[in-house]
Amino acid sequence: MTYDSDILIVGGGLNGPLLALALARSGLTSTVIDAQPTERMAASGFDGRSYALALASVRLLRRLGLWDKLEDDAQPMLEIKVSDGRAGEGPLSPFHLHFDHAEIEEGPMGHMVEDRHLRQAVLAAIADHALITRCNAETVVAQDIDAQGVTLTLASGKILSGRVLVGADGRRSGTAERAGITRTGWDYGQTAMVCAIEHDLPHHGIAHQFFMPPGPLAILPLKGNRSSIVWSETHDNAASFNALPDEDYLAMLRPRFGDFLGEIRLAGARYTYPLNLTLANSFIAPRLALVGDAAHGVHPIAGQGLNAGLRDIAALAQVMSEARQRGEDIASELVLERYQQWRRFDTATLALATDLTNRLFASDNPLLRLGRDIGMGVVNALPGLRRGFIREAAGLTGDLPDLMRA
Amino acid sequence: MQAGQTTVDPAEVAKFEAMAAEWWDPKGKFKPLHMLNPCRLDYITRQIAGEFGRDLNTADPFQGLRILDIGCGGGLLAEPMARLGADVVGADAAPRNIPVAQIHAEQSGLTIDYRHTTAEDMAAAGEQFDVVLNMEVVEHVSDPLTYLTACQQLLKQGGLQICSTINRNPKSFAMAIVGAEYVMRWLPKGTHEWNKFITPDELFDLLRKAGLDPVDRKGFVFNPITWDWSISDRDLSVNYVTASLKPA
Repeated sequence: MTYDSDILIVGGGLNGPLLALALARSGLTSTVIDAQPTERMAASGFDGRSYALALASVRLLRRLGLWDKLEDDAQPMLEIKVSDGRAGEGPLSPFHLHFDHAEIEEGPMGHMVEDRHLRQAVLAAIADHALITRCNAETVVAQDIDAQGVTLTLASGKILSGRVLVGADGRRSGTAERAGITRTGWDYGQTAMVCAIEHDLPHHGIAHQFFMPPGPLAILPLKGNRSSIVWSETHDNAASFNALPDEDYLAMLRPRFGDFLGEIRLAGARYTYPLNLTLANSFIAPRLALVGDAAHGVHPIAGQGLNAGLRDIAALAQVMSEARQRGEDIASELVLERYQQWRRFDTATLALATDLTNRLFASDNPLLRLGRDIGMGVVNALPGLRRGFIREAAGLTGDLPDLMRA
Repeated sequence: MQAGQTTVDPAEVAKFEAMAAEWWDPKGKFKPLHMLNPCRLDYITRQIAGEFGRDLNTADPFQGLRILDIGCGGGLLAEPMARLGADVVGADAAPRNIPVAQIHAEQSGLTIDYRHTTAEDMAAAGEQFDVVLNMEVVEHVSDPLTYLTACQQLLKQGGLQICSTINRNPKSFAMAIVGAEYVMRWLPKGTHEWNKFITPDELFDLLRKAGLDPVDRKGFVFNPITWDWSISDRDLSVNYVTASLKPA
C-alpha cells in the first residue's frame, strides 16, 4: 500500500507544522492540512500576541533550525517575580517569590517570542521542505480509518491517504470528535484579556506574575520597552473591561499594574480568551494521535499551553522516529501507546497543578491568603526548592524528549 | 499458501488468523516478547547498520541485504527487517507458525519468505545470507555447536550473526524460570531448562569453534520499577545478546 504521506496532520497552527519538521528529521513525510489560507498565517504586523517559550521549547526550536531566525527578536526572561496582590493595593506584598536564572546553569528560563515571528519562521521552514506537503484553506469532511491506513476527504473533494493521522486542530478538535474521543473539562469562570503595552521604563527582562482574587495578572517582557499582558478576570468583569475604549481600559489596568514601568500605552490589538480546561479522554485511537490543545487545553496561567504542545511534538516525533528506525509499524497500537504513556500523565499533572494554583490564588479568604503568603516566603527562603521551581518553569523537569535536551 | 488455492480449509484459516492476532497482541500471550522487542530491534538494527554502513534515517536502509530469522514465530523480528527493506526468510521448526506469520505479513503489506525448516537443512541446501538472526533459540537446541556451525555456514563471507540467549547462574534461574514461568506466568512452565542456559564466555567459545568471530556482547536488562527493558554494556547476568562475524 502506498500513501500520500506517512503522517496526515490536521491543523496548521504552530504545533502541526512543527511536528512535520520534527518528523522530517527522521525521514518521515507529512501533509499539513489547515483551514486558514497561507496569507492569513503570514501577516507580518505585530498583533499583540506572543508566547512565553520555556527553555526546553527553545531547545526544540533550535534543533528544528528555527531559533537562529527568532533569537534576535526574542526577549530572554532572566527573572520571574511572583507576588500576591489585591486590585488597587499594588502588587508587592512583603511575601513574594523571586526566581533568577543565575541560580540554574542552563541559562534564561525562557524567551518571549512574538506570534508573528514564530509563525513566519515556521512557515518559511516548511515552505519548500521536500518531505512536507501543505494543504491550505482546506477542511476535513470525512475521516476513515481501517487496518490498511487513514483516508481523509477534504471539502474540495480532494482525498488524502496516510499511515497515521495526527490531530493538532485545537481544543475543539474535529479529528478527536470524528474518532469518537470524548473530553473532560470545566470552565474556570474567568476570561483572559491579552494585550501588549509600551512603557517608559525598562523591564530588565523580568517577568511578573501577580496573583489577585479575580484572577492572575502576568507581565511578560518583550523586546524593547514593551511587555505582554495576560490579565484574567471573571467573565463578567472581563466583558465590561473589554467593552471599554482603550483609554478607559488602560485606566482599569494601571492600578492593578503599579507604576514600576512608568507610563503605559497599548501596543497592538486586545484579545480575550475564556479560560477553560479540556482534556481528551484518550490521546490516541487506532492510527491516530492528538497533540497540543487537541489533547489538552490548559489554563494559560503560566504560558504552558504552547510549551506542553511542543513537548507532545518532541515526544511523538521521538517515538515515531525510534519505531521507524527499528522497522516497527509506526501506526501500531504498541507504538502509539508509548506516546500516550509518555505524555498523558505529565499533562494531567500539569492541568491539575495549574488548576490548583489558580484556585488557591483566586481566593480572597484571609486564611488562604496568609497560608499562600507564608508558602511563598518559605519557597523563596529555600534555594533548593527555588531552583526546583525555576527548572519547572524552564520546562526541564520530567522525562525530557531528546529534542529538548541540551 | 497461495491465493486461488481451493483446498484451503476456511476453519483452518480462521484459526491461523486468530493465532496471528494473538502473536501480535501487545497485551496478550506474547506480551513479554513485545516488551523486549524494541530493545532487541535496537540492537539488531544498529549492528546491521554499523556492519553494512547503512543509515537508519533513510528509506529502506536494509535494501539489498538478505536476512534469515531463525525461530521466526509470528514474525516479530522478520516484519521489521522487511519493513527496513531487507529480503527476509523466516524459518521455524514449528509448522503451525508458518501460516500464522504468512497471514500477518500479508495483513501488514509485507513480502516475507516463511518456511517450515531448520538451520541445518537450509545450510545443507546451500542457502546464503548477509545476516542471520538467532534470537532466543540456542538455549532450546540439543547440540548448540552443530547448530551454530550450521548458522555459520548460512552466512556469506563477512556476514553478521546476532545471537541472544540466557545466562546460567542463580539469578537467571530465579528471573527466567521462577519469575517468568511460575510467578509472572509470562511463559509456559517448562519453556526453559536451566542446564541448557549458556554463559557469555561459553557462547563466545562455541561461536569461535563454529567458525565465527565474536565482536560484541550486551545485556538486556529488565527494570521492574519502570517495567521496561534496556540495553546494558555491563549487566549480562540474565538475558544477553552477541554479534559475531564470519571471516571474509
